[in-house]
Amino acid sequence: MAASPTTLRLTLHVWRQAGPERPGGFEVHHLAEVSVDMSFLEMLDILNEQLLSQGRDPFCFDHDCREGICGMCSLVINGQVHGPEAEITTCQLHMRHFADGDTIVIEPFRARALPVVRDLVVDRSALDRIIAAGGYISTDAGSAPEANALPVSTAVADEAMDAAACIGCAGCVAACPNASAMLFTAAKVSHLALLPQGAPERDRRALAMVERMDDEGFGGCTNERECQAACPKAVSVAHIARLNREFLRSSVLGRS
Amino acid sequence: MSAASDRLDARCPGGDMATRWTRHKFDLDLINPANRRGFHVIVVGTGLAGGSAAASLAEMGYSVTSMCIQDSPRRAHSIAAQGGINAAKAYRNDGDSVHRLFYDTVKGGDFRARESNVHRLAEVSNQIIDQCVALGVPFAREYGGTLANRSFGGAQVARTFYARGQTGQQLLLGAYGSLMRQVHAGRVNLLPRREMVELVVSGGNACGVIARNLVTGEYERHAADAVLLCTGGYGNVFRLSTNAQASNVTAAWRCHRRGAFFANPCYTQIHPTCIPVSGAHQSKLTLMSESLRNDGRVWVPSRAGDERAPGDIPEAERDHYLERRYPSFGNLVPRDVASRAAKRVCDEGFGVGATGTAVFLDFADAIARDGRTAVEARYGNLFQMYEMITGEDPYRVPMRIFPAVHYTMGGLWVDYNLETTVPGLFALGEANFSDHGANRLGASALMQGLADGTFVIPATITAHLAGRSFERVDVGAPAFAEAEAEARARNDRILGVGGGSTVTSLHRELGQCMWNLVGMSRSAAGLGEAIERVRELRDRFWADVRVPGEANHLNPSLEHAGRLADFLEFAELLATDALSREESCGGHFREEHQTAEGEALRNDEDFCHVAAWEHGALGSTRHTEPLTFEEVHLVTRSYK
Repeated sequence: MAASPTTLRLTLHVWRQAGPERPGGFEVHHLAEVSVDMSFLEMLDILNEQLLSQGRDPFCFDHDCREGICGMCSLVINGQVHGPEAEITTCQLHMRHFADGDTIVIEPFRARALPVVRDLVVDRSALDRIIAAGGYISTDAGSAPEANALPVSTAVADEAMDAAACIGCAGCVAACPNASAMLFTAAKVSHLALLPQGAPERDRRALAMVERMDDEGFGGCTNERECQAACPKAVSVAHIARLNREFLRSSVLGRS
Repeated sequence: MSAASDRLDARCPGGDMATRWTRHKFDLDLINPANRRGFHVIVVGTGLAGGSAAASLAEMGYSVTSMCIQDSPRRAHSIAAQGGINAAKAYRNDGDSVHRLFYDTVKGGDFRARESNVHRLAEVSNQIIDQCVALGVPFAREYGGTLANRSFGGAQVARTFYARGQTGQQLLLGAYGSLMRQVHAGRVNLLPRREMVELVVSGGNACGVIARNLVTGEYERHAADAVLLCTGGYGNVFRLSTNAQASNVTAAWRCHRRGAFFANPCYTQIHPTCIPVSGAHQSKLTLMSESLRNDGRVWVPSRAGDERAPGDIPEAERDHYLERRYPSFGNLVPRDVASRAAKRVCDEGFGVGATGTAVFLDFADAIARDGRTAVEARYGNLFQMYEMITGEDPYRVPMRIFPAVHYTMGGLWVDYNLETTVPGLFALGEANFSDHGANRLGASALMQGLADGTFVIPATITAHLAGRSFERVDVGAPAFAEAEAEARARNDRILGVGGGSTVTSLHRELGQCMWNLVGMSRSAAGLGEAIERVRELRDRFWADVRVPGEANHLNPSLEHAGRLADFLEFAELLATDALSREESCGGHFREEHQTAEGEALRNDEDFCHVAAWEHGALGSTRHTEPLTFEEVHLVTRSYK
């Protein structure tokens, strides 16, 4: 059954920044009685309620589904993207992974291509523009063939699903020393390259998406593998290898 | 007070049910492809309904503006749907058909849905699967490479297509890809981090919206020839639900206040398999997909107050109450039936866990039968999610589950064309009311969202655009100025209160009131009390709310306050609708109307109708649209 309820006292260093062009810095706050059953974002809710009761501004942070699938939440927690636990998002991190008396440093995702909007909120629209450059199969509604007309082996469907599991949180970018969006881009290229439905656009997809990624100001990949370690959905760097093959292929055959 | 209203013409084609949609499409006016770009459509929301509608209309050549409150259209709450999407493909050779999906949906909705709409939904379901596969949705496959299916509550065939436990995510990313393709092509103007705060109506027609840019705080005027509301449901009126934090009723409520009737707000779905509440800090409830009921067995100890660890309770002392009470459907009864059964055993003192408000969902038999690997392949991510939240390993200890608010069947009233009572304003997906009656079956929300957006609205939008003449209104018109002034004034008023209560604390109070008095079980006395308390809370909100900061920057407290203000108005309508519906049906259970065994007792004599509410300065007026059942005989639902 559930562990007996306990609470934590915490010291928080939280990033405060009024806007993209404004200077930022850490503010220090103390919380008493944080339940170990709380999620990390519920702990931030408590902090914000405390600030409101003191007549101070709450911190802005992105969040929505709070179940690890929408990709809206972010945060670098004690230097780690989405916190210390592997394969989860910040909203899924629970306070039972912290100890009484801990100091926790909370920062936004940092990358040139992801400018701070306010406090812990960053602008990730560059990722949407990478997808817009080619991260889809161009089939208009109504023109699809019968679904079972094209068999796909379970192995291929599974691997495509592994790549498609990406939630677009940008954690890979924040974890990469080069602030590269390679894993994000590779996940979509790989998902679509694996499936037969994606074949007709293979010759241009990787080229177009990588060009867009470069134009947005993301760095290059130097195989640090920090992205894979940080990814809440365990998207493998093997997909980057496939992206590289697809990129080479579309560079030779490309009709972009 | 509720005679059939001439304001509610559903415009359903008559005659043979199976050919209605085909004939209706033929009867609708068409717009020449070259002329479509001259028509501008605003789509609010980018979930399955909104994302697919914006993409599909743009593919056809319309000029589209798409807006969402999240930072990216890929994050809409459709993404959180886990279990699957239904279609009548009959790939399993198990006797499924369009007619059977239609039948199951009408019956599952407890005979409170419109037959014509449901039949159309079943009809287009197969095209949806074709379209999603073509878009690269990585559905689960059989070893031969064909698509796999699983079964779901309320059906005796396996017709649910799925992508692990992330079906909603994969379908939404498919729709999102199509949307981004149209953005890239310049046919969709995409506006993320925008909240629709007013509908603009001129000459009786919807002609645009006022949106607030959530980053800069600016109020923007967007004019259009048609507005599509695809803004999801209102489950967060209960504060704790499985909905995302930002899910809200504001856009729909603003439309309601401008003339769109709100239908059946009391039809709320309580999902049986959620992780129980652990404390006052709780910000949301997490759903464990209904698909778990395929292999998990629900039980409680036979003896009330039995505090032994589940593993120490022998088989003979376990009550598998769903299998006992509903032998033919067992653990796969529809959601409303499963939820009420769980509440009942907990009310009687058989509940488990620290709070006594939970039942076990046990996978021991499935693991013994199929092996841990097989169970992991089916539900691995759900089990992982459960362990993350509770700190318990469901491979070893049974899950503890309890019902939670999950989906809302009510919504803006729409006719067969999905058009509301405001010409030019359409509502799609969960935001409308039409297809699920009083209870939605599992794996049908994704189906409806994509049906409405991909196949229905592209055909029916011409009913307004080509079918009638309307004057085009630009953003300089008085209607825009007036709507913008109202939206500004509302936010300024909120910021000016300067009281002592936070938005979250007021929302929590509203939620507790709604859950306790307007939740799984409702009574006239409780509903009366709820209405009083909601009014009191609304007064307190406007007298004592504290929202810091200004309107001219990213201010989540202000956003939340605006949404809560609308929930506080809407909550009264929900309770009023529940009070006036003197019967139990689907997700609406009135204690006064039950059988001796505690099953829901419908009143077809007096309530076989849609209740649609008209907003007025002096209160709401109840209108009705009678429901007729030509194909599916009106019978008492039985899953025994």
